[in-house]
Amino acid sequence: MGVFMSIIRLMLHWLGRRTLRVVFGVGDFSLFTGRSFLSLAQTKRLATRIARAVHEQGTVCLPVILIVGVFTGLVLGLQGYHVLSRFGSQGLLGTLVSLSLVREMAPVLASLMLIGQAGSAFAAELGIQRNTEQIAALETMGVNSHGYLVAPRLVAALIVFPIQTALFVILGIWGGSISGSVLLGVDSGVYWSAVHRAVEARDLQECFMKAAVFGLLSMSVCAYQGFHADRNRSAVGARAVSACTTRAVVLSSIAVLVADYIISSFFV
Amino acid sequence: MKNTKLELSVGLFVLLGIAAIAYLTIQVGTGAVGGGDTYLIESRFTNAGGIHPGSSVMVAGVTVGRVEGVRIEPSDFSAIVAMRVLAGLQLPTDSMASIKTTGLIGDKFVSLLPGADATFLKPGMRITLTESAIDLESLIGRMAFGSVNQDKAEKETK
Amino acid sequence: MEPSAYPVALQVECLQKGFNGKSVLRGVDLEVPRGSIFTVLGPSGTGKSVFLKCLANILQPDAGRIRFDGRDLGAGDSAAQDEFRRRCSFLFQSNALFDSLTALENVALPLEQTTTLGKLEILNRSRDALRQLEMEEFLDQYPAQLSGGMQKRLALARAIVTRPELVLFDEPTAGLDPLRRNAVFAMIAKYQRHFNFTALIVTHDVTEALVASDRVALLNQGRIAFVGTPAEFSSSRNPVLSLFRDSAQALGESLTEIRRSHPTP
Repeated sequence: MGVFMSIIRLMLHWLGRRTLRVVFGVGDFSLFTGRSFLSLAQTKRLATRIARAVHEQGTVCLPVILIVGVFTGLVLGLQGYHVLSRFGSQGLLGTLVSLSLVREMAPVLASLMLIGQAGSAFAAELGIQRNTEQIAALETMGVNSHGYLVAPRLVAALIVFPIQTALFVILGIWGGSISGSVLLGVDSGVYWSAVHRAVEARDLQECFMKAAVFGLLSMSVCAYQGFHADRNRSAVGARAVSACTTRAVVLSSIAVLVADYIISSFFV
Repeated sequence: MKNTKLELSVGLFVLLGIAAIAYLTIQVGTGAVGGGDTYLIESRFTNAGGIHPGSSVMVAGVTVGRVEGVRIEPSDFSAIVAMRVLAGLQLPTDSMASIKTTGLIGDKFVSLLPGADATFLKPGMRITLTESAIDLESLIGRMAFGSVNQDKAEKETK
Repeated sequence: MEPSAYPVALQVECLQKGFNGKSVLRGVDLEVPRGSIFTVLGPSGTGKSVFLKCLANILQPDAGRIRFDGRDLGAGDSAAQDEFRRRCSFLFQSNALFDSLTALENVALPLEQTTTLGKLEILNRSRDALRQLEMEEFLDQYPAQLSGGMQKRLALARAIVTRPELVLFDEPTAGLDPLRRNAVFAMIAKYQRHFNFTALIVTHDVTEALVASDRVALLNQGRIAFVGTPAEFSSSRNPVLSLFRDSAQALGESLTEIRRSHPTP
């Protein structure tokens, strides 16, 4: 009996410790993001820094977005055609492709691709800068490292993610028209009119809002992980950088999917 | 040199992005009735199944408005559908509203068939001539059991 | 940069710092006179770097007081700390150069971010700093393309470009060969005279430090065991001091011994 009670107590302790750690982590992360935005004002040459970040997340990631966008549309068109043709409703293919892209696929997939390309690079860069004392060097110079390293990337994410998502949507709809009406039997006029009819301003609003939220969320998770690469107790040096990059990608992807569910439930 | 290259690529990217967003909102996202004044009319249906806020309102196959809301009329258990219609469109008072479907299993929408009266519907007025949604499921069921006519006759006597 | 009459640039009282219950600094007291080259010597692993990082506020000391120019740098006094950062530079043991920026951009960064100078002025001052360290040809090179000694010079250029009153050097000669070690100390001495800053150096290179410094302190087991001039350091009969001196000398001898017994082909 006594053994049983002490096991229960140990489990409760473990649970409490875990919970406290999560609460501390979330609070610390929020403080980090808030501080980054507040220190925007202290950064000079901000436009150049933001332009560089837009380049990193935008131009550099453009090919990936284009390829993934087209192929997502192609697959949606193909699968959607075969499902809809069972009910004789191929005319709704445009609706299916455009609405699934605008509401869900484009913001989520574009964000995941950007996390994979720009977010991981950002986390690794910050991790190395932490490791080689470059962040400490900034601090000793009196440069606000949050404002200099993190904030421009967060601002850029708010600009870039909606743009990439819009491109993703357009290419996806084109991809759907290629597989649906060029390769398969939907009339292209029917396809496009279904697209135009289906998408409303409200859907686009949801789409761009999601993209901006995902951008901010994923980039700040990546920044947080990279910035605190030295906090990891189990790994140091190059291992710490690789561990923080992995965590950045995994956690920000999860964060995007959770946020997607929450935002969708508000809009539906 | 390096900086100007960066500026150029960022500028091109942002321009492309603005073009994409503009294309989406102007070309694709026209499902909603664009700007302009609208007015509210109502119509009473015995069955408004499948009609939601946001469903299309069409005249002659052209979208002219949106359903604003659907509510129940407690006195006779009928459905009252409120619709916003473009202000430029004047509908005769004897217009008929019916609930139709795009394709076999597509979205339900409200179709307005303009009448011939010389007087027009004013904001807040109610269309009296209506045709409710066809209950596809029971229709198919009845067809399958070959009793469409019999059922219809039964219904009319009710 | 208003010249201050206060004769002590940096004053440390009873500084303590520990990690995970193991105390590294056990009450360090030190006064660094203005305009001097002050060297803190000590065997590896006695917390010299920790001491310097506490001064630069990279690490938070557990207890003790630090006064810069007579002003207390309390943990909560962010205005005093900002002022300290503006007037003080830190030279990292690892140089901590920004590896994605060129040499010129590295030097220009502190000016760009912490001053209100114009673009041209920043460029001129950065070029000046690099010219004084004879690095003019390497303006557009990235740190990774520079040799170790070159990187050290670049780090020094970045440290002095803001015209600081106090420069903290963390093991400036770590990992350099004897010739370069001399060169680094000569460089520090030269620019210290030129710019007239106060230099606080932490190192374990006794010979070079004794030649270049105005004052020397020995940090041993978390406390200051000796403070004085280099001459006093060499002649002191303090047992800790002689032990350290002898061990350094013994190391040198054993190294020469090894070299002698394994002649390079």
